[in-house]
Amino acid sequence: MAVLLILVPLAAVLFLNLPLQKIMCRLAFWIGLILCLVQTLLVIQLPAAAWNEPCPVARYLLRFAPAVDNLALVMFLAIAIVVFVSLLVARSTISDCGKLFNFTNLVMLAMAGMNGLVIANDLFSLYVFMEVAAVASFILIAFNREKDAFEGTFKYIVMSAVATAMILSAIGLMMTVTGSMSFNALAKVMHTDGGNPVILLSVALLLGGFFIKCGLIPFHGWVPDAYSSAPSATSVLLAGIVTKTTGVYALIRIVTMMNLYSTPVQTLILVVASLSIVVAAFAALGQSDFKRMLAYSSISQVGYIILGLGVGTELAIAGAVFHLFNHAIFKSLLFVNAATIEKQSGTRNMDTLGGVSDRMPVTGFTSVIAFLSTAGIPPLSGFWSKLVIIVAAWKAGFHWYALIAILASLLTLAYFLSMQRRVFFGKLASGLEDLKEGNPWVIIPACLLAAITIGLGLCIPWLLGSFLLPVRDIL
Amino acid sequence: MTYDFNTMNVVLLGMFLAAGVWTVMTSHLLKSAIGLAVTSIMLTLLLFHLKATLAGVFELSVCAGLITVIFISAISLTKPVAETEARKMKMKRLQRFIFLPVLLFIAGWLLSSRMIHLTNPAHTVADAAATVQQALWSGRRFDLVGQILIILAGVFGIVVLFKTKDSVDGDKKQ
Repeated sequence: MAVLLILVPLAAVLFLNLPLQKIMCRLAFWIGLILCLVQTLLVIQLPAAAWNEPCPVARYLLRFAPAVDNLALVMFLAIAIVVFVSLLVARSTISDCGKLFNFTNLVMLAMAGMNGLVIANDLFSLYVFMEVAAVASFILIAFNREKDAFEGTFKYIVMSAVATAMILSAIGLMMTVTGSMSFNALAKVMHTDGGNPVILLSVALLLGGFFIKCGLIPFHGWVPDAYSSAPSATSVLLAGIVTKTTGVYALIRIVTMMNLYSTPVQTLILVVASLSIVVAAFAALGQSDFKRMLAYSSISQVGYIILGLGVGTELAIAGAVFHLFNHAIFKSLLFVNAATIEKQSGTRNMDTLGGVSDRMPVTGFTSVIAFLSTAGIPPLSGFWSKLVIIVAAWKAGFHWYALIAILASLLTLAYFLSMQRRVFFGKLASGLEDLKEGNPWVIIPACLLAAITIGLGLCIPWLLGSFLLPVRDIL
Repeated sequence: MTYDFNTMNVVLLGMFLAAGVWTVMTSHLLKSAIGLAVTSIMLTLLLFHLKATLAGVFELSVCAGLITVIFISAISLTKPVAETEARKMKMKRLQRFIFLPVLLFIAGWLLSSRMIHLTNPAHTVADAAATVQQALWSGRRFDLVGQILIILAGVFGIVVLFKTKDSVDGDKKQ
């Protein structure tokens, strides 16, 4: 049944590109929204086992049996929510019907790619669907054909090409040893033949490739340019879910499914994660462009997720997955607000903004919710996920890393307080007298994401038992 | 003179690496594109020699053929830089890639020495006597959906990034 999450968006794209362009042009946006809503409802309604039930036609055509678990369900939900929000932002920022049509088609292709990556049960399939999402993202960044966007896209393509070369080389090397690409076969080889130099080399290449895809420091060069130069709706999609799926989720899946936990690998992951948390937080402090600041904040928060992965206990993985979901939600919210402010004020430069909350109270309020959650302030969702990661790191004996994570939270608080003060609080900046609240297409998703952030924080006891701790099944 | 299968492989691999290094080291865009085509041809010969005929055909048609045509078409749209600037860029490029041949040598030595030796897997696709068609249609059908998605994304890329419509009054509209 999970295969339908790829086939239905694909069929929708093919259907929308039939003749009757004028009608299809108007339908595309709504079909995109309906697909997201259906995916969200199905994920909430159906348990993981139901997703693994074979769909006879799909099984006959594709000869593929998906392996959906609780981690996959979390990702399906995050994908549906962020794509839904991205489409609403696109409706607000893209006025031309033809352009919105193309944007919706590309977003649905990216969605199909991400869903495919989530249900992939072997390394090569994971790579193929990762490329689907990446190719759609390249085009979505350069969508407005602006010079900065082309520069951002170019950097993303170059870094992605390096990552692709590393991942493909790793796949090739593993194939020479195992003869199979399924995660189960690879996990067995890791267990029996983990010391083989070819395997070690391929693991190093795999980790390097996915570190680039995650945008972790020191492989982060493409992230600030790609996030800040992309059109607003693409920024939401890219920061909210594409990087999380193609980089972070893929890395979690590979490390856990292939059982890559060994002291050197764990140390490498923990060091890169800590470096990302701290360095990106300092870099965020020095930014004056709203979206660039959010991009560095993203790198820092991804560091927390990877820290949980590096710790590797059941609790840490549950925390990492929870933070992955939370980050998709509150970072999307911050990018939606950045889009609203840019559209209404015409600038993203935080030094020329000020007192925006007076004229845009909803944007101001939801921004406070998102920043408090990112900084890990109780009782919002970000607090709980960070707490789980830090407690898990402490319990596993990684005291220094836990301490770094706690101290870096203060840095997060510092750069977000600076952002709030410069953009939302204080006296209204000159030239912004006519500033108005954004239209419903951006206000509705902002309120929705803020409600999820608050709701997840308040429902943590239920979530932990029913949704998050079952993620331990992947270990 | 006897024909040695392994010697031929090593010669082709050496030529492949030399062409690759030249592609990266040359500062002339057109020469670099031609170098890439030569690299692809060397790889094609190597693949033919290793009896991977279909892989060789794909490499020759797509990499040596199609991609080179696209590169040369794109290069024909660019303007050459001034001579002094070109000299500076050449020096920078040489400095940047001076370690490349050394790295290649070390990688080659590591792969050929006993430190890293590629073992023969028990169940490779070739050992199972599966043809490329069988591998694609029986084993990797799910990935074909991914390839269809990539092609569609590429089509939309062309529409979004390159398509312009000339209106009646001559203004360009997207």
